[in-house]
Amino acid sequence: MMEMVDVWKRYPIHGGHHQVLKGVNLSVSIGEKLGILGRNGAGKSTMIRLISGAERPDQGQVTRKMSVSWPLAFGGAFQGTLTGLDNLRFICRVYGVDPKDKVDFVDDFAELGPFLREPVRTYSSGMRARLAFALSMVIEFDCFLIDEVVSVGDSRFTAKCELELFQKRKDRAMIIVSHDVNYLKKHCQKIVLLQDGQIRTGENIDEVLRIYSKS
Amino acid sequence: MISTLADSLRDAGRAWAVQRRVLGALLLREILTRYGRHNIGFLWLFVEPMVFTLGVTALWSAMKATHGSSLPIVAFALTGYSTVLLWRNMPARCVNAIEPNQTLLYHRHVKVFDLYLARVLLEGMGATISFIFLSIFFITIGWIAPPEDLLKVAGGWMMIFWFGAALAIFVGSLAYDNELVDRIWHPTAYLIFPLSGAGFLVDALPTKFQEILLYLPMVHGVEYLREGYFGSAIRTHHDLGYMASVNAVLTFVALVEARKVSNRVIPA
Repeated sequence: MMEMVDVWKRYPIHGGHHQVLKGVNLSVSIGEKLGILGRNGAGKSTMIRLISGAERPDQGQVTRKMSVSWPLAFGGAFQGTLTGLDNLRFICRVYGVDPKDKVDFVDDFAELGPFLREPVRTYSSGMRARLAFALSMVIEFDCFLIDEVVSVGDSRFTAKCELELFQKRKDRAMIIVSHDVNYLKKHCQKIVLLQDGQIRTGENIDEVLRIYSKS
Repeated sequence: MISTLADSLRDAGRAWAVQRRVLGALLLREILTRYGRHNIGFLWLFVEPMVFTLGVTALWSAMKATHGSSLPIVAFALTGYSTVLLWRNMPARCVNAIEPNQTLLYHRHVKVFDLYLARVLLEGMGATISFIFLSIFFITIGWIAPPEDLLKVAGGWMMIFWFGAALAIFVGSLAYDNELVDRIWHPTAYLIFPLSGAGFLVDALPTKFQEILLYLPMVHGVEYLREGYFGSAIRTHHDLGYMASVNAVLTFVALVEARKVSNRVIPA
Protein backbone atom coordinates (compact mmCIF):
# COMPACT_ATOMS: atom_id res chain seq x y z
CA MET A 1 0.00 0.00 0.00
CA MET A 2 1.19 3.47 -0.95
CA GLU A 3 -0.88 6.41 0.13
CA MET A 4 -0.74 10.16 -0.45
CA VAL A 5 -2.94 12.27 1.80
CA ASP A 6 -3.54 15.94 1.06
CA VAL A 7 -0.11 16.44 -0.50
CA TRP A 8 1.00 19.95 -1.44
CA LYS A 9 4.20 20.87 -3.23
CA ARG A 10 5.49 24.13 -4.59
CA TYR A 11 8.78 25.33 -6.01
CA PRO A 12 10.34 28.75 -5.77
CA ILE A 13 10.51 30.62 -9.05
CA HIS A 14 11.70 34.09 -9.77
CA GLY A 15 9.68 36.45 -7.63
CA GLY A 16 7.36 33.91 -6.01
CA HIS A 17 6.25 30.33 -6.02
CA HIS A 18 4.88 27.85 -8.48
CA GLN A 19 2.28 25.71 -6.75
CA VAL A 20 2.47 22.32 -8.51
CA LEU A 21 0.38 20.05 -6.30
CA LYS A 22 -2.65 21.36 -4.42
CA GLY A 23 -3.88 18.66 -2.10
CA VAL A 24 -3.32 15.37 -3.90
CA ASN A 25 -4.99 12.22 -2.55
CA LEU A 26 -4.03 8.88 -4.01
CA SER A 27 -3.61 5.31 -2.93
CA VAL A 28 -2.22 2.25 -4.66
CA SER A 29 -2.48 -1.23 -3.21
CA ILE A 30 -0.34 -4.29 -3.80
CA GLY A 31 -0.49 -5.52 -7.37
CA GLU A 32 -2.53 -2.55 -8.63
CA LYS A 33 -1.60 -0.90 -11.94
CA LEU A 34 -2.38 2.79 -11.85
CA GLY A 35 -1.92 5.24 -14.70
CA ILE A 36 -1.57 8.95 -14.05
CA LEU A 37 -2.45 10.98 -17.09
CA GLY A 38 -1.45 14.61 -17.42
CA ARG A 39 -0.45 17.29 -19.87
CA ASN A 40 3.13 18.54 -20.05
CA GLY A 41 3.89 20.47 -16.90
CA ALA A 42 0.93 19.10 -14.99
CA GLY A 43 3.25 17.85 -12.24
CA LYS A 44 3.70 14.21 -13.23
CA SER A 45 7.40 14.09 -12.46
CA THR A 46 6.84 15.90 -9.17
CA MET A 47 4.33 13.20 -8.26
CA ILE A 48 6.86 10.50 -9.09
CA ARG A 49 9.60 12.15 -7.00
CA LEU A 50 7.27 12.46 -4.02
CA ILE A 51 6.02 8.87 -4.30
CA SER A 52 9.57 7.53 -4.62
CA GLY A 53 10.63 9.48 -1.55
CA ALA A 54 13.34 11.41 -3.36
CA GLU A 55 11.56 14.58 -2.23
CA ARG A 56 9.31 15.40 0.67
CA PRO A 57 5.95 17.19 0.42
CA ASP A 58 5.54 20.72 1.82
CA GLN A 59 2.31 19.58 3.42
CA GLY A 60 0.46 16.29 3.74
CA GLN A 61 1.79 12.77 3.97
CA VAL A 62 3.18 10.07 1.74
CA THR A 63 3.25 6.65 3.37
CA ARG A 64 4.82 3.58 1.85
CA LYS A 65 3.96 0.21 3.34
CA MET A 66 5.50 -1.61 0.39
CA SER A 67 8.91 -1.13 -1.19
CA VAL A 68 8.77 1.44 -3.98
CA SER A 69 11.32 1.64 -6.78
CA TRP A 70 13.19 4.68 -8.03
CA PRO A 71 11.72 6.15 -11.26
CA LEU A 72 12.41 3.50 -13.83
CA ALA A 73 14.94 3.74 -16.60
CA PHE A 74 15.78 7.37 -16.03
CA GLY A 75 18.97 7.64 -17.99
CA GLY A 76 20.92 10.43 -16.40
CA ALA A 77 22.12 8.69 -13.28
CA PHE A 78 25.49 7.70 -14.62
CA GLN A 79 28.82 9.17 -13.81
CA GLY A 80 30.64 9.22 -17.15
CA THR A 81 33.98 8.09 -15.78
CA LEU A 82 32.50 5.00 -14.16
CA THR A 83 31.94 1.78 -16.09
CA GLY A 84 28.58 0.10 -16.46
CA LEU A 85 29.79 -2.49 -13.97
CA ASP A 86 30.77 0.21 -11.44
CA ASN A 87 27.27 1.66 -11.69
CA LEU A 88 25.78 -1.80 -11.12
CA ARG A 89 27.97 -2.31 -8.06
CA PHE A 90 26.98 1.11 -6.68
CA ILE A 91 23.26 0.36 -6.92
CA CYS A 92 23.73 -3.09 -5.39
CA ARG A 93 25.67 -1.61 -2.48
CA VAL A 94 23.04 1.05 -1.81
CA TYR A 95 20.26 -1.53 -1.74
CA GLY A 96 22.26 -4.21 0.05
CA VAL A 97 22.29 -6.81 -2.74
CA ASP A 98 25.26 -8.93 -3.75
CA PRO A 99 26.42 -7.63 -7.16
CA LYS A 100 28.00 -10.98 -8.08
CA ASP A 101 24.61 -12.58 -8.68
CA LYS A 102 23.50 -9.72 -10.90
CA VAL A 103 26.41 -9.24 -13.30
CA ASP A 104 25.29 -12.04 -15.62
CA PHE A 105 21.76 -10.72 -15.82
CA VAL A 106 22.84 -7.16 -16.67
CA ASP A 107 25.47 -8.43 -19.08
CA ASP A 108 22.88 -10.55 -20.83
CA PHE A 109 20.01 -8.06 -20.75
CA ALA A 110 21.73 -4.79 -21.65
CA GLU A 111 23.69 -6.41 -24.50
CA LEU A 112 26.69 -4.17 -23.97
CA GLY A 113 29.28 -6.87 -24.54
CA PRO A 114 32.78 -5.73 -23.59
CA PHE A 115 31.45 -2.18 -23.06
CA LEU A 116 30.04 -3.22 -19.68
CA ARG A 117 33.60 -2.75 -18.44
CA GLU A 118 34.18 0.55 -20.27
CA PRO A 119 33.40 4.06 -18.97
CA VAL A 120 29.78 5.09 -19.54
CA ARG A 121 30.92 8.22 -21.41
CA THR A 122 31.91 5.97 -24.33
CA TYR A 123 28.30 4.67 -24.63
CA SER A 124 25.76 5.68 -27.24
CA SER A 125 22.44 7.00 -25.93
CA GLY A 126 20.82 3.65 -26.76
CA MET A 127 23.46 1.80 -24.75
CA ARG A 128 22.92 4.12 -21.79
CA ALA A 129 19.20 3.56 -21.91
CA ARG A 130 19.67 -0.23 -22.07
CA LEU A 131 22.01 -0.15 -19.10
CA ALA A 132 19.61 2.05 -17.15
CA PHE A 133 16.73 -0.34 -17.75
CA ALA A 134 18.78 -3.40 -16.89
CA LEU A 135 19.90 -1.78 -13.62
CA SER A 136 16.28 -0.98 -12.77
CA MET A 137 15.50 -4.69 -12.94
CA VAL A 138 18.33 -5.67 -10.61
CA ILE A 139 16.58 -4.70 -7.39
CA GLU A 140 13.17 -6.22 -6.70
CA PHE A 141 10.39 -3.91 -5.52
CA ASP A 142 6.72 -4.35 -4.61
CA CYS A 143 5.86 -1.27 -6.63
CA PHE A 144 7.54 0.09 -9.74
CA LEU A 145 7.43 3.75 -10.70
CA ILE A 146 7.50 4.41 -14.40
CA ASP A 147 7.99 7.94 -15.66
CA GLU A 148 6.77 8.32 -19.26
CA VAL A 149 6.80 5.55 -21.79
CA VAL A 150 9.47 2.95 -21.38
CA SER A 151 10.61 3.14 -24.97
CA VAL A 152 14.20 2.14 -24.92
CA GLY A 153 16.28 1.49 -28.01
CA ASP A 154 14.82 -0.37 -30.98
CA SER A 155 11.52 -2.23 -31.08
CA ARG A 156 13.11 -5.58 -30.30
CA PHE A 157 14.61 -4.20 -27.11
CA THR A 158 11.35 -2.45 -26.21
CA ALA A 159 9.59 -5.81 -26.46
CA LYS A 160 12.24 -7.34 -24.22
CA CYS A 161 11.71 -4.61 -21.62
CA GLU A 162 7.94 -5.04 -21.70
CA LEU A 163 8.35 -8.79 -21.17
CA GLU A 164 10.70 -8.26 -18.24
CA LEU A 165 8.55 -5.61 -16.59
CA PHE A 166 4.91 -6.34 -17.44
CA GLN A 167 5.02 -10.12 -17.82
CA LYS A 168 7.64 -11.36 -15.39
CA ARG A 169 6.62 -8.79 -12.77
CA LYS A 170 2.89 -8.68 -13.37
CA ASP A 171 2.19 -9.42 -9.70
CA ARG A 172 3.72 -6.09 -8.66
CA ALA A 173 2.05 -2.74 -8.29
CA MET A 174 2.93 -0.15 -10.93
CA ILE A 175 2.43 3.56 -11.12
CA ILE A 176 2.87 4.89 -14.62
CA VAL A 177 2.79 8.58 -15.47
CA SER A 178 2.41 9.57 -19.08
CA HIS A 179 0.61 11.81 -21.52
CA ASP A 180 0.20 8.84 -23.85
CA VAL A 181 -3.36 7.55 -23.50
CA ASN A 182 -2.79 4.34 -25.42
CA TYR A 183 0.23 3.32 -23.39
CA LEU A 184 -1.69 3.74 -20.15
CA LYS A 185 -4.75 1.91 -21.49
CA LYS A 186 -2.57 -1.03 -22.44
CA HIS A 187 -0.99 -1.49 -19.02
CA CYS A 188 -3.31 -0.05 -16.36
CA GLN A 189 -6.57 -1.15 -14.79
CA LYS A 190 -7.22 2.31 -13.50
CA ILE A 191 -6.38 5.73 -14.88
CA VAL A 192 -6.58 9.02 -13.02
CA LEU A 193 -6.06 12.52 -14.28
CA LEU A 194 -3.58 15.00 -12.86
CA GLN A 195 -5.01 18.42 -13.54
CA ASP A 196 -4.68 21.80 -11.85
CA GLY A 197 -2.56 20.24 -9.14
CA GLN A 198 -5.17 17.69 -8.14
CA ILE A 199 -6.12 14.11 -8.92
CA ARG A 200 -9.41 13.70 -10.76
CA THR A 201 -11.08 10.33 -11.14
CA GLY A 202 -14.03 9.15 -13.14
CA GLU A 203 -16.52 6.27 -13.12
CA ASN A 204 -14.41 4.38 -15.63
CA ILE A 205 -11.41 4.81 -17.91
CA ASP A 206 -13.46 6.20 -20.80
CA GLU A 207 -14.88 8.97 -18.67
CA VAL A 208 -11.39 9.95 -17.51
CA LEU A 209 -10.20 9.99 -21.11
CA ARG A 210 -13.17 12.17 -22.08
CA ILE A 211 -12.25 14.76 -19.46
CA TYR A 212 -8.63 14.58 -20.60
CA SER A 213 -9.44 15.15 -24.26
CA LYS A 214 -11.52 18.22 -23.35
CA SER A 215 -8.78 19.73 -21.20
CA MET B 1 5.89 -0.70 26.21
CA ILE B 2 8.66 -3.28 25.91
CA SER B 3 7.59 -4.21 22.41
CA THR B 4 7.66 -0.56 21.25
CA LEU B 5 11.15 -0.17 22.68
CA ALA B 6 12.26 -3.34 20.89
CA ASP B 7 10.63 -2.05 17.72
CA SER B 8 12.35 1.28 17.82
CA LEU B 9 15.67 -0.40 18.60
CA ARG B 10 15.19 -2.66 15.60
CA ASP B 11 14.28 0.34 13.42
CA ALA B 12 17.37 2.18 14.59
CA GLY B 13 19.48 -0.86 13.83
CA ARG B 14 18.04 -1.09 10.35
CA ALA B 15 18.53 2.64 9.73
CA TRP B 16 22.15 2.32 10.85
CA ALA B 17 22.68 -0.58 8.45
CA VAL B 18 21.24 1.46 5.55
CA GLN B 19 23.36 4.46 6.52
CA ARG B 20 26.51 2.35 6.52
CA ARG B 21 25.67 0.79 3.15
CA VAL B 22 25.00 4.16 1.53
CA LEU B 23 28.15 5.74 2.93
CA GLY B 24 30.26 2.78 1.85
CA ALA B 25 28.80 2.89 -1.66
CA LEU B 26 29.35 6.64 -1.93
CA LEU B 27 32.93 6.39 -0.64
CA LEU B 28 33.88 3.77 -3.23
CA ARG B 29 32.14 5.76 -5.96
CA GLU B 30 33.98 8.94 -4.96
CA ILE B 31 37.32 7.14 -4.96
CA LEU B 32 36.68 5.70 -8.42
CA THR B 33 35.42 8.91 -10.01
CA ARG B 34 38.18 10.99 -8.48
CA TYR B 35 41.19 8.79 -8.94
CA GLY B 36 40.06 6.23 -11.49
CA ARG B 37 41.98 3.07 -12.16
CA HIS B 38 44.92 4.62 -13.97
CA ASN B 39 48.51 4.63 -12.67
CA ILE B 40 48.46 4.44 -8.87
CA GLY B 41 44.66 4.88 -8.64
CA PHE B 42 43.26 5.34 -5.14
CA LEU B 43 46.76 5.66 -3.64
CA TRP B 44 46.53 9.31 -4.75
CA LEU B 45 44.13 9.71 -1.85
CA PHE B 46 47.09 10.05 0.50
CA VAL B 47 49.98 10.45 -1.92
CA GLU B 48 48.62 13.85 -2.93
CA PRO B 49 48.63 15.31 0.61
CA MET B 50 51.99 13.63 1.22
CA VAL B 51 53.47 15.43 -1.77
CA PHE B 52 52.10 18.73 -0.45
CA THR B 53 53.52 18.20 3.01
CA LEU B 54 56.87 17.00 1.71
CA GLY B 55 57.07 20.01 -0.62
CA VAL B 56 56.42 22.47 2.18
CA THR B 57 58.86 20.64 4.44
CA ALA B 58 61.55 20.86 1.76
CA LEU B 59 60.84 24.56 1.14
CA TRP B 60 60.95 25.50 4.81
CA SER B 61 64.11 23.47 5.28
CA ALA B 62 65.79 25.13 2.32
CA MET B 63 64.86 28.59 3.58
CA LYS B 64 65.88 27.61 7.11
CA ALA B 65 62.46 28.89 8.17
CA THR B 66 62.54 27.91 11.82
CA HIS B 67 59.61 30.23 12.57
CA GLY B 68 61.25 31.31 15.78
CA SER B 69 61.30 27.91 17.42
CA SER B 70 64.07 25.57 18.38
CA LEU B 71 62.26 22.57 16.92
CA PRO B 72 63.67 20.73 13.92
CA ILE B 73 62.10 22.17 10.78
CA VAL B 74 60.92 18.80 9.53
CA ALA B 75 59.01 18.08 12.72
CA PHE B 76 57.59 21.57 12.64
CA ALA B 77 56.39 21.35 9.04
CA LEU B 78 54.96 17.85 9.44
CA THR B 79 52.85 18.70 12.48
CA GLY B 80 51.85 22.07 11.05
CA TYR B 81 51.12 21.59 7.40
CA SER B 82 49.31 18.26 7.83
CA THR B 83 46.69 19.95 9.99
CA VAL B 84 46.18 22.68 7.40
CA LEU B 85 45.34 20.05 4.81
CA LEU B 86 42.72 18.74 7.18
CA TRP B 87 40.67 21.89 7.70
CA ARG B 88 41.34 23.48 4.31
CA ASN B 89 40.68 20.61 1.88
CA MET B 90 37.49 19.26 3.41
CA PRO B 91 35.53 22.49 2.81
CA ALA B 92 36.99 22.80 -0.68
CA ARG B 93 35.61 19.35 -1.53
CA CYS B 94 32.18 20.08 -0.10
CA VAL B 95 31.65 23.06 -2.38
CA ASN B 96 29.95 21.59 -5.46
CA ALA B 97 29.45 18.23 -3.79
CA ILE B 98 25.82 18.03 -4.82
CA GLU B 99 25.63 18.93 -8.52
CA PRO B 100 27.60 15.97 -9.89
CA ASN B 101 25.69 13.60 -7.61
CA GLN B 102 22.22 15.06 -7.88
CA THR B 103 20.76 12.10 -9.78
CA LEU B 104 21.76 9.77 -6.96
CA LEU B 105 19.15 11.44 -4.78
CA TYR B 106 16.54 9.47 -6.73
CA HIS B 107 17.60 6.56 -4.56
CA ARG B 108 15.57 7.28 -1.47
CA HIS B 109 18.27 6.25 1.00
CA VAL B 110 20.85 8.63 -0.45
CA LYS B 111 20.53 12.00 1.27
CA VAL B 112 22.24 15.31 0.66
CA PHE B 113 23.96 14.94 4.02
CA ASP B 114 25.45 11.59 2.91
CA LEU B 115 27.03 13.28 -0.12
CA TYR B 116 28.77 15.76 2.18
CA LEU B 117 29.73 13.13 4.71
CA ALA B 118 31.31 10.87 2.08
CA ARG B 119 33.50 13.68 0.79
CA VAL B 120 34.48 14.82 4.28
CA LEU B 121 35.43 11.30 5.31
CA LEU B 122 37.40 10.66 2.16
CA GLU B 123 39.36 13.90 2.39
CA GLY B 124 39.95 13.41 6.12
CA MET B 125 41.11 9.83 5.61
CA GLY B 126 43.60 10.99 2.97
CA ALA B 127 45.08 13.65 5.24
CA THR B 128 45.18 11.25 8.21
CA ILE B 129 46.91 8.43 6.35
CA SER B 130 49.37 10.92 4.90
CA PHE B 131 50.18 12.27 8.37
CA ILE B 132 50.67 8.79 9.82
CA PHE B 133 52.82 7.57 6.91
CA LEU B 134 55.07 10.60 6.94
CA SER B 135 55.45 10.45 10.73
CA ILE B 136 56.47 6.80 10.57
CA PHE B 137 58.82 7.53 7.68
CA PHE B 138 60.63 10.42 9.35
CA ILE B 139 60.80 8.61 12.67
CA THR B 140 62.23 5.50 11.01
CA ILE B 141 64.99 7.40 9.23
CA GLY B 142 65.69 9.23 12.47
CA TRP B 143 64.90 12.82 11.41
CA ILE B 144 62.37 13.26 14.17
CA ALA B 145 61.83 11.59 17.51
CA PRO B 146 58.69 9.52 18.17
CA PRO B 147 55.82 11.47 19.76
CA GLU B 148 56.01 11.74 23.53
CA ASP B 149 52.27 11.25 24.03
CA LEU B 150 50.48 9.49 21.21
CA LEU B 151 47.04 10.01 22.77
CA LYS B 152 47.46 13.77 22.80
CA VAL B 153 48.56 13.72 19.17
CA ALA B 154 45.48 11.70 18.26
CA GLY B 155 43.29 13.95 20.40
CA GLY B 156 44.54 17.15 18.76
CA TRP B 157 44.14 15.57 15.33
CA MET B 158 40.57 14.48 16.08
CA MET B 159 39.67 17.98 17.24
CA ILE B 160 40.94 19.53 14.01
CA PHE B 161 39.21 16.77 12.04
CA TRP B 162 35.94 17.63 13.77
CA PHE B 163 36.47 21.33 13.14
CA GLY B 164 37.28 20.74 9.47
CA ALA B 165 34.28 18.44 8.96
CA ALA B 166 31.82 20.89 10.52
CA LEU B 167 33.35 23.80 8.60
CA ALA B 168 33.18 21.77 5.39
CA ILE B 169 29.48 20.96 5.70
CA PHE B 170 28.76 24.57 6.67
CA VAL B 171 30.69 26.12 3.77
CA GLY B 172 29.42 23.47 1.33
CA SER B 173 25.78 24.08 2.27
CA LEU B 174 26.12 27.85 2.08
CA ALA B 175 27.81 27.57 -1.29
CA TYR B 176 24.98 25.49 -2.75
CA ASP B 177 22.99 28.44 -3.95
CA ASN B 178 25.42 31.25 -3.42
CA GLU B 179 28.49 31.09 -5.58
CA LEU B 180 29.97 34.07 -3.74
CA VAL B 181 30.72 31.71 -0.85
CA ASP B 182 33.05 29.67 -3.03
CA ARG B 183 34.80 32.80 -4.24
CA ILE B 184 35.25 34.12 -0.71
CA TRP B 185 36.21 30.80 0.85
CA HIS B 186 39.40 30.31 -1.17
CA PRO B 187 41.07 33.63 -0.33
CA THR B 188 39.86 33.32 3.27
CA ALA B 189 41.41 29.89 3.67
CA TYR B 190 44.61 31.20 2.10
CA LEU B 191 44.76 34.16 4.47
CA ILE B 192 43.96 32.14 7.58
CA PHE B 193 46.67 29.58 6.78
CA PRO B 194 49.57 31.70 8.15
CA LEU B 195 47.49 32.47 11.26
CA SER B 196 46.35 28.90 11.89
CA GLY B 197 49.23 27.84 14.09
CA ALA B 198 50.77 25.68 11.40
CA GLY B 199 53.68 28.04 10.86
CA PHE B 200 54.45 29.16 14.39
CA LEU B 201 54.36 28.23 18.04
CA VAL B 202 52.02 30.52 19.93
CA ASP B 203 54.63 30.83 22.67
CA ALA B 204 57.08 32.51 20.29
CA LEU B 205 54.69 35.44 19.69
CA PRO B 206 54.12 38.62 21.70
CA THR B 207 51.37 38.23 24.30
CA LYS B 208 49.06 40.68 22.52
CA PHE B 209 49.19 38.57 19.36
CA GLN B 210 48.70 35.38 21.31
CA GLU B 211 45.39 36.58 22.74
CA ILE B 212 44.03 37.45 19.31
CA LEU B 213 45.27 34.30 17.58
CA LEU B 214 43.82 32.03 20.22
CA TYR B 215 40.35 33.04 19.02
CA LEU B 216 41.04 30.82 15.99
CA PRO B 217 39.87 27.33 17.00
CA MET B 218 42.39 25.34 14.95
CA VAL B 219 45.31 27.00 16.76
CA HIS B 220 44.30 25.13 19.93
CA GLY B 221 44.26 21.81 18.12
CA VAL B 222 47.68 22.33 16.56
CA GLU B 223 49.18 23.42 19.87
CA TYR B 224 47.73 20.41 21.65
CA LEU B 225 48.97 18.07 18.94
CA ARG B 226 52.47 19.56 19.20
CA GLU B 227 52.41 19.21 22.96
CA GLY B 228 51.77 15.52 22.40
CA TYR B 229 54.52 15.31 19.79
CA PHE B 230 57.29 17.30 21.49
CA GLY B 231 56.07 17.42 25.09
CA SER B 232 58.51 19.02 27.45
CA ALA B 233 60.65 20.56 24.70
CA ILE B 234 58.15 23.38 24.10
CA ARG B 235 55.57 25.48 25.95
CA THR B 236 52.11 25.31 24.40
CA HIS B 237 48.95 27.34 24.77
CA HIS B 238 45.60 25.67 24.27
CA ASP B 239 42.09 25.43 25.60
CA LEU B 240 40.37 22.37 24.18
CA GLY B 241 37.17 23.31 26.00
CA TYR B 242 37.02 26.49 23.95
CA MET B 243 37.73 24.60 20.74
CA ALA B 244 35.09 21.97 21.53
CA SER B 245 32.51 24.71 22.13
CA VAL B 246 33.29 26.38 18.81
CA ASN B 247 33.17 22.99 17.08
CA ALA B 248 29.83 22.13 18.66
CA VAL B 249 28.24 25.44 17.64
CA LEU B 250 29.67 25.15 14.14
CA THR B 251 28.40 21.57 13.86
CA PHE B 252 24.92 22.66 14.87
CA VAL B 253 24.85 25.54 12.37
CA ALA B 254 26.25 23.27 9.67
CA LEU B 255 23.52 20.67 10.26
CA VAL B 256 20.84 23.35 10.09
CA GLU B 257 22.22 24.69 6.81
CA ALA B 258 22.61 21.21 5.34
CA ARG B 259 18.99 20.48 6.20
CA LYS B 260 17.88 23.65 4.44
CA VAL B 261 19.78 22.61 1.32
CA SER B 262 18.36 19.12 1.60
CA ASN B 263 14.82 20.51 1.47
CA ARG B 264 15.64 22.64 -1.54
CA VAL B 265 17.57 20.27 -3.79
CA ILE B 266 15.46 18.68 -6.50
CA PRO B 267 16.80 15.35 -7.73
CA ALA B 268 17.55 15.78 -11.42
